[in-house]
Amino acid sequence: MGTESNIKLLDENGLRLDGRNEMELRPIKIETNVLERADGSAFIEWGGNKIIVSVYGPREAYPKHTQDIDKAVIKARYNMAAFSVDERKRPGPDRRSVEISKVISEALSSAVMVEQFPRTQVDVFIEVIQADAGTRIAGLTAASVALAAAGIPMRDMVVGCTAGKIEGKIVLDLSKEEDNFGQADLPMAVLSRSGEVVLVQMDGDLSVEEFNQATDMILDATKRIAQIQRDALVARYSVETQGGE
Amino acid sequence: MAETKQIVFPGEVIEISEIKPRNGVYKNREGKYCSEYFGTVQKGDDYIDVVPFTGHYFPRRGDKVIGKVIEIGPSMWTIDINSPYLNLMHMNDTPWKMSSGDIKKYLGIGEYIYAKVMTLNEIKESWLTIKDVGLRKLEGGHIISVPAPKVPRIIGKGGSMVNLIKEYTDTRIVIGQNGLIWIEGTPENILRATAAIKKIEREAHTTGLTDRMTEYLKGDAKNGN
Repeated sequence: MGTESNIKLLDENGLRLDGRNEMELRPIKIETNVLERADGSAFIEWGGNKIIVSVYGPREAYPKHTQDIDKAVIKARYNMAAFSVDERKRPGPDRRSVEISKVISEALSSAVMVEQFPRTQVDVFIEVIQADAGTRIAGLTAASVALAAAGIPMRDMVVGCTAGKIEGKIVLDLSKEEDNFGQADLPMAVLSRSGEVVLVQMDGDLSVEEFNQATDMILDATKRIAQIQRDALVARYSVETQGGE
Repeated sequence: MAETKQIVFPGEVIEISEIKPRNGVYKNREGKYCSEYFGTVQKGDDYIDVVPFTGHYFPRRGDKVIGKVIEIGPSMWTIDINSPYLNLMHMNDTPWKMSSGDIKKYLGIGEYIYAKVMTLNEIKESWLTIKDVGLRKLEGGHIISVPAPKVPRIIGKGGSMVNLIKEYTDTRIVIGQNGLIWIEGTPENILRATAAIKKIEREAHTTGLTDRMTEYLKGDAKNGN
């Protein structure tokens, strides 16, 4: 990130390495209730990212000192499989995944109606099986679908997207090469209807104008992604009614 | 295929016309009523509710539930009623006369009761009682479980749906608000009743279900025995 390199990320027509233009998202596919024993679950494929999210709870919070007397705690755990990246990732929590778990927990806490079930915890397990840039946002987007599928009361759905800067140009939804060799990366998540920001992080440098342009692009993209979330949730119920005995 | 009810997502604005919003609906900052759940909108005569497709049971005062004894103390039982919280029942809240210490003679670990949520405090601690008409220890029979939000559908308007199943399958059924259902009858009849309940569970979000269930149970009665 931020280092000068002679890798060309944009061709002469302004198209990116995978042939997308600057406003285009990678293909996104979400499936719900993929796990039998979870209260709610979702599988998301976002470009090369493959992530399974499972939700358990609300259940009594343990260890007991983590209980909050007047609200529920959301415990999200972001974990990357050792084989999810090019070079083997050493398994277990590290500085990066602890940070991502924290910001995802906080983003989800602002959507879930935590005050309705005091003293409990909601566990959200985000397992990255294959990583290809933008996993925190893909995981968060899928987590919100899994929470809705688990029947947990929420103010709104959480939906996220990234934008970044490559070769001096602001583009939407960075791929792995663009993330590694680009100049900036801006993951952001909002509540889908009200547009309130629940997560924003930035790696690299953007000017104020560039930042505003990037957030505008993200807000526009989240509307499209929110529709994919809703379609994924409904799909299960149109299938289910056709089932036999 | 039957039509489905209106499906809503968390945060979706719900049109309120004259009828009051009740469960599963909250007021957002602009004063509009929004759904809390991914579920269906159910309009009654007086109230409008959003019913989630699935979810945990949360105890409410006065609910009649089915619970399993998981621990016995000197004078209290700990009951699991499928909610995130543990529930207690004191020996004085039973119809039996006993002294503390030998309460497990009356109700042992793993046994089921049909009880009422007597009290519930701010931090959701609750106490159960079986000291009321119809409440008892459940002996024999078979327990099945469904998601708690589907219970009203299985009971039907004024008990119409469950009476239908009882009538056609010749079983005794007790439904707890928490989604546990006790069925007693011959093994074949229990299986038939279970199949019927699972069908309701799958199709709870469609309209005209009572009529279809009548058809289903009629056909089932013919094929079965």
